[in-house]
Amino acid sequence: MTGERVALVTGGSRGIGRAVSLSLAKAGFHVCVNYVSNEQAAEETLSAMAAQGGKGEIRPFDVRDEDAVRAAVDGIIRDRGGIDVLVNNAGIWRGGLILRVDRRAWDEVLETNLRGAYNCCRAVIRHMMKRRWGRIINMSSLVGEAGNIGDSLYSLSKAGIIGLTKSLAREVGSRNICVNAVAPGWIETDMTSSIPEEIRRETLEMIPLGRLGTPEDVAGVVTFLASEAAGYITGEVIRVNGGLYM
Amino acid sequence: MTLEEKVIEIIMEQLGVTKEECRPEAAFIDDLGADSLDLVELIMEMEENFGIQISDDELEKIRTIQDVIDFLRSKGVE
Repeated sequence: MTGERVALVTGGSRGIGRAVSLSLAKAGFHVCVNYVSNEQAAEETLSAMAAQGGKGEIRPFDVRDEDAVRAAVDGIIRDRGGIDVLVNNAGIWRGGLILRVDRRAWDEVLETNLRGAYNCCRAVIRHMMKRRWGRIINMSSLVGEAGNIGDSLYSLSKAGIIGLTKSLAREVGSRNICVNAVAPGWIETDMTSSIPEEIRRETLEMIPLGRLGTPEDVAGVVTFLASEAAGYITGEVIRVNGGLYM
Repeated sequence: MTLEEKVIEIIMEQLGVTKEECRPEAAFIDDLGADSLDLVELIMEMEENFGIQISDDELEKIRTIQDVIDFLRSKGVE
């Protein structure tokens, strides 16, 4: 690709999304940081990007809303000339044993984690097909492959992401669009900060690398998948979990 | 511009083929080197240009350039 490359990172204001935004900006991308609720966090991400010499902008929209997604994507394409990389990172977690999960949680988790990713893929795919170049990186999870007690909803949404990734990779491979998933293990973010100390200690003992992951560990892999160097990888699920699940 | 000319212009742009190749009886997949994804893109382009909807059932019946022109006429496009 020549000229400025543009990446859209959904849920890019905090946690793994922020690290991905910063990493892509460092690699030279103009990064569109999407958020839905925490404007201040998005501003902080943008400032951090600027501080390291990166370029980007904030694009607030709700990934659950197909019309809003399409309007935002069309806006970026109009203003920046295109979208080269889409990172479907926006996600929420609702836990609990299946016996106790309430009905609303199903909608909340699937609307954001699955429909959100699906909406964004649909909005960018024709544009990428026309350009004969594109990268889509979907955030799955360790539990999407391995499962976990109390994670039935989250894990089914993240397993769904893997199915979406593989089907789309087959559909648009002939257009030089690579679609991959990244499956983080236990990463230090807001989402995992509330996990009890005892469970944390037990988990650490099962991780061969002996530490929890950082958002930067995940961001490095996403940035690689967005690069020219990863041009022959598609339909893959890349695990970033310190060896917790192999 | 006639309907035929407009349709051929879209096909040339979408499939990267020449005007000479765009004979009415030319089949998209066998003669013009299109794959199924090209065909879907082409149909979406037609939908946008002519403000119509083409169902998957109707799409299945479209093989040649003449099929597209006949279809558009049947939808009242001139």
